[in-house]
Amino acid sequence: MSSSRISIRKEQRPPKLIDEEGRRVDGRRPDELRPVKIEVGVLKNADGSAYIELGRNKIIAAVYGPKELHPKHLALPDRAVLYCRYHMVPFSVTERKSPAPSRREIELSKVIREALEPALFLEYFPRTEIDLFIEVLQADGGTRTAGITAASVALADAGIPMRDLVAAIAVGKVEGQIVLDLCDIEDKYGEGDMPVAMMPSLGQITLLQADGVYTPEEVKKALELAKKGIMKIYEVQREALKKKYIELKKEVEEEYGKK
Amino acid sequence: MARSEEIISSLDRSKIISLLRKGIRLDERRLTEVRPITVETGVIQKAEGSAIVKLGNTISIAGVKAEIGTPFSDTPNEGVLIVNAEFLPLASPSFEPGPPDENAIEVARVIDRGIRSSQAISLEDLAIIPGKRVWVIYVDVYVLNHDGNMIDCSSLATIAALLNAKVPKVKVVGENNVEVLDEWVPLPVRDRPVSVTIAKINDTLIVDPSLEEEKIMDCRLTLTVNEKGQICAIQKGIGGSLTLDEIYKAIDIAEEVAKGIRDALPPLPDLKDVVWVVKEEAKEKLESEAEDSGG
Repeated sequence: MSSSRISIRKEQRPPKLIDEEGRRVDGRRPDELRPVKIEVGVLKNADGSAYIELGRNKIIAAVYGPKELHPKHLALPDRAVLYCRYHMVPFSVTERKSPAPSRREIELSKVIREALEPALFLEYFPRTEIDLFIEVLQADGGTRTAGITAASVALADAGIPMRDLVAAIAVGKVEGQIVLDLCDIEDKYGEGDMPVAMMPSLGQITLLQADGVYTPEEVKKALELAKKGIMKIYEVQREALKKKYIELKKEVEEEYGKK
Repeated sequence: MARSEEIISSLDRSKIISLLRKGIRLDERRLTEVRPITVETGVIQKAEGSAIVKLGNTISIAGVKAEIGTPFSDTPNEGVLIVNAEFLPLASPSFEPGPPDENAIEVARVIDRGIRSSQAISLEDLAIIPGKRVWVIYVDVYVLNHDGNMIDCSSLATIAALLNAKVPKVKVVGENNVEVLDEWVPLPVRDRPVSVTIAKINDTLIVDPSLEEEKIMDCRLTLTVNEKGQICAIQKGIGGSLTLDEIYKAIDIAEEVAKGIRDALPPLPDLKDVVWVVKEEAKEKLESEAEDSGG
C-alpha cells in the first residue's frame, strides 16, 4: 500500500484544466475526441485481434476460441463461457505497476466482460470457452473503454456472432464542465470519470460506471455526450473491420485475377 | 456462475416475471420498496467502530480498525482509507473459502467509490505529520447471510461503522514523534452516501432485489446518492443492457428511495471544535482539560 518510492518522472497539475477559451489541456474542445486509430488482425496466432490508439493509449486485444473449456466442470451446458482479462503492463504508466493483477484490474476484467456479453450469441457455443485478453501497453486515461472498443472488434474479427459491436468512451467532469474522452491528466485531476459502453445500433448501454459528484441533469448530459462520442468510435470500428476485408479482396484479386 | 445454487427453476422464473407484469413482487413488495432495514452500531467493542446491518434477510457486518501509518506518495497530506469486502462461506451455500473473488472486490470498490466521491470522510483531517504519518482507516465488511443485494447492505454497514468509529486524538511531539492521547474523537464523517441498487428484469425496474430476483435479473445498476441528492457513484453490473431512458428512470427512483434508506443510519457526528491532531504548544492546556474530565 503506502510506499516511500521517489518518482523520477514528475507530473504537475496544470493550473487550469480548461482555459478561458474553453480549450482543454491538450487543446481539445469539451466535446472533442482524441485521434483514434483501430487496426484489425494484428496478431497471427489469435483467432481475432485488434489494436487501438486513442490519444496516447496503446491497447491490444486478442480472442482465442470458442474452444474446449478446461477444467470441464466449469463448462456451461447452454452457452459459452467468456473469460476476460484486462491487464496493464508495468511500463504503461508513470509509476511502475506491479505485473500481478491489482484489485482495479480484477474489477475492470469483470465489468468489461459484462459489457461485452450482451453483444455475443454465447448460446451458439455451449460447453466452450472464449478467451479475451486485453493488454494495455500505454495508458492515457480511458483504458477500459478503449479496451472494450478494441475487444469488440477483436471478437468480430474472430468471427464470433454478435448482435452489434460494442463501442465505448469515457465522459467526465472537469472544472465543473461535462467533457468527452478524458485524457490521463483530466482523469487524475478532474472531478469525475464516467465510462460508458453501448451497442450503438441497438441503443443499449452495456457498461456504466462513475465516480465524482453529478446532479441528475449532469448525468443525463454526460450520457448524451457519451452517445455522440460512441457513434464516432463505432464508425471507426466498422471502417477498420471493412478495411481488413477490402485488403484481403485485393490480395485475392492480385493472386487469381479479377473475375 | 456455473454453481448449481445459482440456478433457478423455470417455474419460479416465470412466476416472478408474470407477477412483475402486474407490478407485484414475489415477497409482495412494491417495485420501488426496500426491505426492512435495521442498523445496530457498536457491536464489536474491540473495533474502533462497527455495525451490523440487516436488509431483509441479508446481513453484513462492518468493522473499522485504525492505525498510524504512512500516506500514499501521491496524497502526502491525506489519511488513508481502505475498504475491503468478503463474502464468508457461512453466508451462502454458493460461497467458498478463499481470497475475495471478483464479486467481493467489485462490492468493495463500489462502496469505496461512493465514499471517496462524496468526500464522506475528510481525509485531510487525518494527516498527522504531512508526508510522513497519517491515520490509516481500514473498513472490513463481511457478508454473513446472502439474500440478495449485498452491495447496498454492505455499503450501509460501512457507513454506519464509520459513523460509529472513534479514534484517539494524537499529539505531534517535536519533528517526527506521535503521541497517542487518551481522548477519543469521532472520525471526520461529513456525508452519508447511500447506494441504491436497481435490478432490471425483462423491462421492469425494481429496487433492492432479493436473491430470487437477482438470479433472474438481466442487469443491475447501483447508484450512490449523497446528502445533497447528487449522484456520487454509478456501477452497472451483470451482463445485460439498459436504454438511456431506463437509466434516467433509475436515477429518479434512486433519488426518491435514498432518503428513506439514509434515515436508517445514525446521524452525522457533531464535528464542531473537534480536533484530531494537536501540536505540542497546546500540551499544557490539554493536560489540564484531561485532569478536569478525569476528576
